[in-house]
Amino acid sequence: MLKLNNISFCADAEKEILKNINMTVENGRFLVITGPNGGGKSTLAKVIAGIETPSSGTILLDGKDITNESITARAKAGISFAFQQPVRFKGITVRDMIQMAAQQPLSDQQISSYLWSVGLCAKEYLDREVNAELSGGEMKRVEIAGVMAKQTKLAIFDEPEAGIDLWSFKNLIDIFQNMRERMDGSIIVISHQERILEIADEIMVLSGGEITVQGKRQEILPQLLKAEGDCQFCAKKERGCCE
Amino acid sequence: MNNITKKLLETVADMFGAPKGAYNIREDGQCAGRQSTEHIVIEPKKDKPGINIIIDSAAQGETVYIPACVTHSGVDDLVYNDFYVHKNADVVIVAGCGVHTDGEEDAQHNGIHRFFIEENARVKYMEKHIGIGEGTGNRIINPETYIEMAENSYMEMDTVQIEGVDSTKRTSAAVLQSGASLMIKEKIMTHGSQIAETNFVVDLNGEDSGANLISRSIAKEQSRQLFRSRINGNAHCHGHSECDAIIMDKGIVSAIPELTANHVDASLIHEAAIGKIAGEQITKLMTLGLTEEEAEEKIIEGFLK
Repeated sequence: MLKLNNISFCADAEKEILKNINMTVENGRFLVITGPNGGGKSTLAKVIAGIETPSSGTILLDGKDITNESITARAKAGISFAFQQPVRFKGITVRDMIQMAAQQPLSDQQISSYLWSVGLCAKEYLDREVNAELSGGEMKRVEIAGVMAKQTKLAIFDEPEAGIDLWSFKNLIDIFQNMRERMDGSIIVISHQERILEIADEIMVLSGGEITVQGKRQEILPQLLKAEGDCQFCAKKERGCCE
Repeated sequence: MNNITKKLLETVADMFGAPKGAYNIREDGQCAGRQSTEHIVIEPKKDKPGINIIIDSAAQGETVYIPACVTHSGVDDLVYNDFYVHKNADVVIVAGCGVHTDGEEDAQHNGIHRFFIEENARVKYMEKHIGIGEGTGNRIINPETYIEMAENSYMEMDTVQIEGVDSTKRTSAAVLQSGASLMIKEKIMTHGSQIAETNFVVDLNGEDSGANLISRSIAKEQSRQLFRSRINGNAHCHGHSECDAIIMDKGIVSAIPELTANHVDASLIHEAAIGKIAGEQITKLMTLGLTEEEAEEKIIEGFLK
């Protein structure tokens, strides 16, 4: 279980990106964080993964205070993080990447099964480098395969749909559903996509660094899907004005 | 062959004892072992130090080992090795040089290699350089490589400087005739106050000739590297050079590319990227559970793979 108590994050003295965030993600839950661009979603995900350090507040994973733990320690504790823009490396292959993510020796067959699940023909990809050889969509899929390979208590995906094609997007929904069924831990996905919101257990809207709406999907989603033409995130009569 | 040579050979040429096939082992300026085969003849030069390696057309998939070792301070070795690769031959040449110091004086190896590659021949040339030893003298390796490539010949040259070489000046020059293709991959890591200088000059003289020069290097601590490449396109040809370097600490890397198209159908490209390890790369690997140091090691290992 992940618990955030009064988390704030300031980029500088004048700009507070996250304001007093309190949230709990129970084991086995699928939380989608949505909201307008610049609302603090990615920053919140990075704070949980340890990439950014909060200005105040505490983060607990299964009751243990991990607020001051490094990125590495949090990864070892079971937090995995899929970047919005996957990072490219010269000389590191897809096989290396999945192997590192798993933190244990994997056979090519095991690695291939993760690649198959994200729609990549494994034979063609195992020895390819995770650099400019791969398209943005392929990089994204490898990133997701890495999270699947890692035995994780909490998987965080930052806009997994960004940069992938329609086929992959449909596949992505299946991947999340499978992950939810197979893993013991929780999943947090940052997304604007209605299809992803539809499979959430819980939805949280983050706007201006604050949680504006939070609750079960059945209660929250209808609010977000107001009459066509309205913005999903604010009262204006212009859909998507906050995106 | 002394124990230092044995150790160096394991590293630079993956040699554990005498190899099968043709070989010539040079130790402190002397021959420490030589063997020819039916299709690869190695003979000493009569007018200067060094050997001629004659590879006949029937050599197909054979490997010849030509490593050189300097095992103590005060040795300044100079060798001239000429490779004559006959038409249609297909050969792997494993060179490599190790230099060991045990005193205040420098230990130095200067290897001048010339390749005469005939029509349709294929050569893979592998060269690793390393410096070891507790001596305070500099470990110096200066390889010079001159390549003449006839029609439709192919050469791939993999050259690696692993560690411990205080100073190196590497010069490679090639002239390519029609349809000839040259691929050079260089990997260098320097640290301390080491200096590495690379100079490539390629003349693409023949129709449809092509050259691809790829350098990846890492400069740590106060070390300095200079990469110069010059490709002259004198016909309908393709030339590409690429210099990727990572700088760490106070390392310095300069890349000076030069492309000259002397023919309207010459297509020449140069790419260079120099910078420190991207912070996001370290962060990404840390999110997989690696420490910052392990992440850095992994990135370097991949970069020089």
